[in-house]
Amino acid sequence: MHRFSLKKFLDSGSLFIWLCGGALSVSLLMIGGLLTLILINGMGYFWPKDLIQLTMNDGSLVLGEWVATEVIPDSESVEKPKGHERVQLKVGNRDLYGLDFRWVDQADVAHEDYPPDVVAFERREWGNFYGRIKEILEGETLVASGHEKGMAVLLPLLERTNRIQGQIHDIEHDEIGELNHSIEQARLQLRALELSGETGVDERAMIESKVQELEALYEIQNAALIALYEKLEQFRITVVDVAGEEKTFQFGSLVKFWLPNGMGVYEKLFMYVQNFWEVLSEEPREANTEGGIFPAIFGTVLMVVIMSIAVVPFGVLAAIYLKEYAKQGMVTRMIRIAVNNLAGVPSIVFGVFGLGFFVYAVGGTLDQLFFAEALPNPTFGTGGMLWASLTLALMTVPVVIVATEEGLSAVPREYREGSLGLGATKFEALWHVVLPCAMPGILTGLILAISRATGEVAPLMLTGVVKLAPSLPVDGFFPFLHLDRKFMHLGFHIYDVGFQSPNVEAAKPMVYVTTFILVLVVILLNLAAIMIRTRMRKRYAGSSV
Amino acid sequence: MQSISDPVISNGPLDQNSKPPLSTVFVKHISNDQKSMKDEQMEPMGNPLTSNNPKIAIQGMNFFYGSVQALSNVNMHIPANKVTAFIGPSGCGKSTLLRCLNRLNDLVDGTRIEGKILLEGHDIYDPDVDVTDLRTRIGMVFQKVNPFPKSIWQNVAFGPQLQNVRKRATLDEVVETSLKGAGLWEEVKDRLHTSALSLSGGQQQRLCIARALAVNPNVLLMDEPCSALDPISTGRIEELLHTLKERLTIVIVTHNMQQASRVSDLTGFFLLGELIEYDDTKTIFTNPSESRTEDYITGRFG
Repeated sequence: MHRFSLKKFLDSGSLFIWLCGGALSVSLLMIGGLLTLILINGMGYFWPKDLIQLTMNDGSLVLGEWVATEVIPDSESVEKPKGHERVQLKVGNRDLYGLDFRWVDQADVAHEDYPPDVVAFERREWGNFYGRIKEILEGETLVASGHEKGMAVLLPLLERTNRIQGQIHDIEHDEIGELNHSIEQARLQLRALELSGETGVDERAMIESKVQELEALYEIQNAALIALYEKLEQFRITVVDVAGEEKTFQFGSLVKFWLPNGMGVYEKLFMYVQNFWEVLSEEPREANTEGGIFPAIFGTVLMVVIMSIAVVPFGVLAAIYLKEYAKQGMVTRMIRIAVNNLAGVPSIVFGVFGLGFFVYAVGGTLDQLFFAEALPNPTFGTGGMLWASLTLALMTVPVVIVATEEGLSAVPREYREGSLGLGATKFEALWHVVLPCAMPGILTGLILAISRATGEVAPLMLTGVVKLAPSLPVDGFFPFLHLDRKFMHLGFHIYDVGFQSPNVEAAKPMVYVTTFILVLVVILLNLAAIMIRTRMRKRYAGSSV
Repeated sequence: MQSISDPVISNGPLDQNSKPPLSTVFVKHISNDQKSMKDEQMEPMGNPLTSNNPKIAIQGMNFFYGSVQALSNVNMHIPANKVTAFIGPSGCGKSTLLRCLNRLNDLVDGTRIEGKILLEGHDIYDPDVDVTDLRTRIGMVFQKVNPFPKSIWQNVAFGPQLQNVRKRATLDEVVETSLKGAGLWEEVKDRLHTSALSLSGGQQQRLCIARALAVNPNVLLMDEPCSALDPISTGRIEELLHTLKERLTIVIVTHNMQQASRVSDLTGFFLLGELIEYDDTKTIFTNPSESRTEDYITGRFG
């Protein structure tokens, strides 16, 4: 007869195994849930949804994309008792309605259908427009009217206006941008002359005449620009919403259009990929709630790259001294404890330090010494790419030090002794044998540093991230990489779009998309580092690191 | 005398150009030191080796790890072109002694050495000795097989490259000579640029020997070189020792009694940090003068 014995059960360890397994499953479940939530909400954003037309009980019509359905939490009237549902629609047409989201009680809906002739327009201003085409005008002449004729000319016309738009963009960014750059350079030269106190009249006159030349060129370009704008204004489209209200807007403000209810699955899939690409490659519009997030992706990646370039040599050298050369004892132990604690210091503290030390002290001094002609406009004396990257490098250097030290400890003693036995000095043994073997450990440190730095927001807000950066930190003007510029960052973008945006509902999908892409960037950066590490491990297979 | 001033290895391509200046220092001292060494009386054990020119002379050596004494009053003469084996139970100090011979113990914190170790009559613990230079004269093969995670070629060329040999042709020659010296050339000549870690354990150990030979040492220290190898690989390395001792002085630490009796000419038995007996291997294994030696060899303790 076996009797159940609690002691025996506890001693057998099954409870413990269940506990461990349970802990792991809960962790995995939480991570999986988080990723799924981000994925569903983020990826759903790109899918072109059908436009539902609701006929209400009072005969009015509502047209929009379905967003959500929920049970009304508390009903106040008899007609709308508890338990009834309501739908949220994205009705667009912000210029007509004020808000582009609307809640509709299910009880008020008489009928719903999907009219095939409604068109969705994505505009540069005022968000989407959902409605029907009335007429298309070029100047005062009517090009087409009605749905079918309108659709026939819409695409060719849009392509034409997009070409004009492209020309405008080229002139504004390249030609006029270059002129502005040269004029600014000349202004700085003049200012530098003034500051140096030299009375080089010839030089001054030369620069001034050059500026006049440039300004004349600018006028020519500007005239061309005005002509193009006038040409663009010729093309207009008049649309009507479901209630019959008319709206005319220029083709220039149109990004794209599509027929949500008339598209097949493959067309939608194609558009899905297109939308995804647009978000990745375009600049934001409408207070960041629309358009793309390319500058933020670019800023994040560039910042992490510069941080890595700064943190690895710095951390590795420090770790080598601490591990290999410093006399082990009380002092090194205290330094180790300090380094470990530094890894746990809240990041905002590093941000404050970065602002005080890098931006104001170092940057301010640099400005006075080398960029005096630009003052009072600060060059390096304000937040920017370089200071943000260095602040994050400072924040992550403890991680690299700890990982490098561990990597060095993991190199078998036999490798050191083997190389020393062949007449190598300590430095030669370290450089030729120990350090290559410790590389995977060092890269582990870099991976941890990248993971921490990519998602960091607080210190960046103090040291150089902005809501909307006018230009990327890399461009065609010497010195091409402008580390003094402010930049955009995915983490800050999430905060800004999600919590600083006036249009909360419109911003919601953007928050998820940005989050999703931030996670993606972290994963990709880590994968790159992991791949390098794997290759190194293979090369040094047999070493236990 | 002659055997010392003559380079022991004459087929190494490094002989002409890269013998370090230290050797001239050594050679200069030899004529004087040799006389004085003969005057010195040999240590207590009535050593049969007094008549030989010792390659290495260990005189009154004590060694401490912190406050723990690992070796006490060790005196021995290691003759040139012979294989000398150190045997004894674990922790008796034989590996410590071996590592003192190329000053590898310098790297261990808190160690202290007393007494003298003379290489060709010159104290290797003299302050003006260049340690890295010394280590190119006294090569070492370790218990744990430790080829670097590089290619076979890079492993062998590592030592010469440290001495600033840069010419590819010279390096190729050194690699070939050394691998031939270690009896590995035929097996690896077609894959010199593959990873050394792809070799078998025995091959790796012979590669380590080749690597040590590449810097052209006079003395080769071997710390239980076969303890991790199978009998066939062990056999090959033992054969190798027989050919190598024509050019080198070999000191080998081993736990394997049969190995000591097979490969060595002389054997020293250590116990608790003391050199108990040091004699011809034949004498040690057939007619030891100390009962403790006999007990250990016949397996009655240890």
